[in-house]
Amino acid sequence: MLLTPVEWEALRLSLAIALRSVLLSLPFAVAVAWVLVRRRFPGRMLFDAFVHLPLVLPPVVVGYVLLLVFGARGPIGAWLERAFDIRLVFTRNGAALATAVMSFPIMVRAMRISLETVDAGLEDAARTLGAGSFDRFLSITLPLMAPGILAGIVTAYAAGLGEFGAVITFASNIPGETRTLPLALYTALQSPGGEGPAARMATCSIVLGLLGLTISEVIARRVRSRLGRTP
Amino acid sequence: MMEVRVRKLRGSFALDAEFRAPSPGIVALFGRSGCGKSTLVDLIAGLIRPDEGLIRVGEDVLFDSARGIDVPAERRRIGYVFQDARLFPHLDVEGNLRYGERRIPAAEASGMRAARRVPFHEITELLGLTALISRRPHQLSGGERQRVALGRALLAAPRLLLLDEPLASLDLARREELLPYLEKLRDRYRVPMIYVSHEYEEVLRLASHVVVMRDGAVTSQGNVADVSLSPELRSIVGVDGIGAVLEGEVTENAALSGLARVRVGAGVLHVQADGLATGQRVRVQLLARDLILAVEPPQGLSVRNSLEGMLVRIAPDEPRTQLVEIDIGGATVMAQVTDQAATELHLAPGRRVWVLVKSVSLRGHLYPAAAAPAGASVPGSAAVQAQYAG
Repeated sequence: MLLTPVEWEALRLSLAIALRSVLLSLPFAVAVAWVLVRRRFPGRMLFDAFVHLPLVLPPVVVGYVLLLVFGARGPIGAWLERAFDIRLVFTRNGAALATAVMSFPIMVRAMRISLETVDAGLEDAARTLGAGSFDRFLSITLPLMAPGILAGIVTAYAAGLGEFGAVITFASNIPGETRTLPLALYTALQSPGGEGPAARMATCSIVLGLLGLTISEVIARRVRSRLGRTP
Repeated sequence: MMEVRVRKLRGSFALDAEFRAPSPGIVALFGRSGCGKSTLVDLIAGLIRPDEGLIRVGEDVLFDSARGIDVPAERRRIGYVFQDARLFPHLDVEGNLRYGERRIPAAEASGMRAARRVPFHEITELLGLTALISRRPHQLSGGERQRVALGRALLAAPRLLLLDEPLASLDLARREELLPYLEKLRDRYRVPMIYVSHEYEEVLRLASHVVVMRDGAVTSQGNVADVSLSPELRSIVGVDGIGAVLEGEVTENAALSGLARVRVGAGVLHVQADGLATGQRVRVQLLARDLILAVEPPQGLSVRNSLEGMLVRIAPDEPRTQLVEIDIGGATVMAQVTDQAATELHLAPGRRVWVLVKSVSLRGHLYPAAAAPAGASVPGSAAVQAQYAG
């Protein structure tokens, strides 16, 4: 099945934006997962709900809030432009930010489930062997939650390829800049004679999704068997 | 010398414990499950913070609420062998063993404390881990896991080793397999240890000092012989488990007559036990229920042991028995007699009695004791010993 150059561009753009979004959210997701599992503090439930909000909100709402905060006149957006000359609205980085926010809960969830299976007693053991908190995290916690981190990366990446509402609201639908696969598909459907391209791009999305989920499962199984747990 | 004096309230459980113990040696924390033993070792390790108190090992104060000292667990240099081993599943045996070794602070890797370090190959050999070095924890048996955990803790050059029921998760055969390793560590490297157990036999085999705990408090403490006579013990080991523990020296092994002779206090015990060396120090437990008392010098009996002594104490016990303590000259033994026998023989303090015990009854109640400090030197570990003796 061959894609036209325009469709290829949309696919490449989707892959690139999803990659950026994953890189952007990864450190925050690990930190948030750790805080949610290992820390007890007042307002933890509210924080938990806030992290998962993008899962239940209409994506347009997320895009709109991003516009308010990161838009040209938003508090952070204006500051970024003034201080670093970085513009997010209508750009690839903006699309990556919108995608990152939308797939953040998916990533946190995968990591969290995996971290919950890591026995905190192992961290205590590392402590008595002279490992400080950051050392413990790097040498024990992180490797043991690796299956979750990898699964989180892959599923968030696969989900990021298909982000539509938040991207179109915050970063618009600019060919070659923010017109990712789903946006191109939507555009094709809106124009006469677009059924062919739409079908090709939809198939492409399905294949990518299947691939992503399968890879994530395979990785998870491998790591689990290496740790001696039953898959 | 180590000193522990801590208070901690956890939910509805209050721990208020205090003990002092000589170091090196093995201090046994003995008591029923749930009496607070594990909480106490967690406090010593620094994994839980005491509400108030003092924890001192040798000259080093690790916690002192009055002076605001609280050394974090990762800097206390206290090894901990957990009941469930807690090996790191993503590392192989060598990775586990070296985890603590790699983290010995540079300041300690040289200089005085360097002497405390035992070389890697020596530990793996001693604990029989050489062949397992590249295995992963899930490929090990329970006993092997505990040995790795023990080696891992030792290689971090701890000033004190905590063992929280390291044998509890093992079956009887595995326990027997691991105990000799612990005895080797005690005698060869003289690592100060705190050994948590609810098995009296383990205490008798390993401990040099016993701390008995009940409901979050220390009820009695002292050397094994003293604690064996403590009334507190009765509630834990039961009426069939109590009895004096005597330390003695083997004066003749069983090769000649089939019976080994052990000098305890002023008397000599004949014991059915093989594999003893002349001059070896041993511990003999004389179960109170196995002892027979005579008020005249006994004659014409098959019993091999007859110790003359003076009755010093007699106290009623359940069920319808009397616990009698007899001084046999430098040692005290405890016998259990029925109320009826006590009345008929007119047993009372000051009475001269003969304590009889069959050599056969002593079989299995004899344990090798830690060698006397002076004669314990093993080539190559003298420096290690000197360190721990501090």
